[in-house]
Amino acid sequence: MEHGSVDDSKASTFSIMDEDHTLANSVRFVLNQDPRVAFCGYSIPHPADNKVNIRVQTTGDPAKDVLKDALQNLTVMCQHVRGTFDTAVTDFRGNKPAEAMDIDLNKK
Amino acid sequence: MPKKGAKKAKEMDDVPDQQEKKLPDYLELQRTRVACKADAPIHTQGFQYSGAYAAMGVDNSMSVEKFRKNFKIEINRLTEDDMEFDMIGVDASIANAFRRILIAEVPTMAIEKIFMVDNTSVIADEVLSHRLGLIPLDADPRRFDYMSENDVPNERNTIVYKLHVSCEKGSQRITVKSGELEWLPEGSQLNMSSPAQSGDKQKTFTSFSQSQKEIYEKPLGVKFKDITIARLGPGQAIELEAHAVKGVGKAHAKWSPVATAWYRMLPEVVLLKEIEGDDAEELVKKCPVKVFDIEDLGNGGKRAVVAKPRACTLCRECVMCPTGEHIELRRVRDHFIFTIESTGAMPPEVLFTEAVKILEEKCERVIAELS
Repeated sequence: MEHGSVDDSKASTFSIMDEDHTLANSVRFVLNQDPRVAFCGYSIPHPADNKVNIRVQTTGDPAKDVLKDALQNLTVMCQHVRGTFDTAVTDFRGNKPAEAMDIDLNKK
Repeated sequence: MPKKGAKKAKEMDDVPDQQEKKLPDYLELQRTRVACKADAPIHTQGFQYSGAYAAMGVDNSMSVEKFRKNFKIEINRLTEDDMEFDMIGVDASIANAFRRILIAEVPTMAIEKIFMVDNTSVIADEVLSHRLGLIPLDADPRRFDYMSENDVPNERNTIVYKLHVSCEKGSQRITVKSGELEWLPEGSQLNMSSPAQSGDKQKTFTSFSQSQKEIYEKPLGVKFKDITIARLGPGQAIELEAHAVKGVGKAHAKWSPVATAWYRMLPEVVLLKEIEGDDAEELVKKCPVKVFDIEDLGNGGKRAVVAKPRACTLCRECVMCPTGEHIELRRVRDHFIFTIESTGAMPPEVLFTEAVKILEEKCERVIAELS
């Protein structure tokens, strides 16, 4: 849920349930890279509660939109990572039969 | 010299070849390397803020296109059980997110409920159950569903195993290994209530509508058959039925699909000054992982060169000796050497793909919550 002021949509804090450093740190990194962001950070109010607060302050755009864009960017980055990784595995497997002799020596 | 507050648009008119303004070398070093000094590392925080160098007219922002251009993966080793690969162009927060998800949030199957019929061994019921839970199972968790409190155990969410061992009186002690766990593809064989009415079908603890042999082509046994579960002396016996369900490492470590997963940053070793002669020999001898090597110069002189910087473990032996001021140890901030060791349920490359998928799902869940 979003905690912000009624008239100023540029800055607000988003409280997300069931999340921890895994997502929050990644989103904070992607948010920082966006030139529309003036300030961003995250905090975990209490380690026993599964809640994380992400603070976004922008240079004019509504904070909610900037956060959504950052999440979209993170999704696209993940898809690209997956695609590159799959290609790399296929290439590695394709080259392996050619170097099978060397690999056997290195295998335990 | 850096202009204060200069916009990129104005720069384009000045510079004919439209090159981006670059940072001075020492700042570029600060931005891309962690310097590991003799006592502690410095510049550990990255400069991620898009406006960090705005005063100098350098744009630090990064878009998805730039990420796509710079991102690379190089695989070094890929076997059935473990893999090592290099991830270049990504930040520590994302690499750490993948590591955390691999350890705690990729689901697996593990034994959860034990129905104990007979246990006359010296191992207590709960200790035996705990050990059984930690045994890795050879089942692909993507083909199973989660089971919640109200669900009936059926062939889509439970795997049933039986263990029935006994040691005869007068014989030697035997060791019960994990290979003795027998997979029951038809479901539970224990009857729930005593046979009060004389019907042909007894109610068991699971309701399998079809045999699991037809659904899953290969047998869902244990991955390693030589794990010691218990030891039985003469006259002792263990008879139990175990039910395995799907879960994540966050709930209990038995559901973690990796033995472990870790990453380290690529080390960079730089010699600021030439190290020659006996000093070079000493340096080569000091390093326990043979990072340095001797290069013979023409007239009988010797020089130390950096042969294998990747092997550096940051023991700092080389910087603590007298020639230490001329050596700089650094870590490249966006180059990660990832190692994943799987326990066997899924091969390591599948595990990494699943972990990335889970991060995507998390993002989508938050996007849905925001809209």
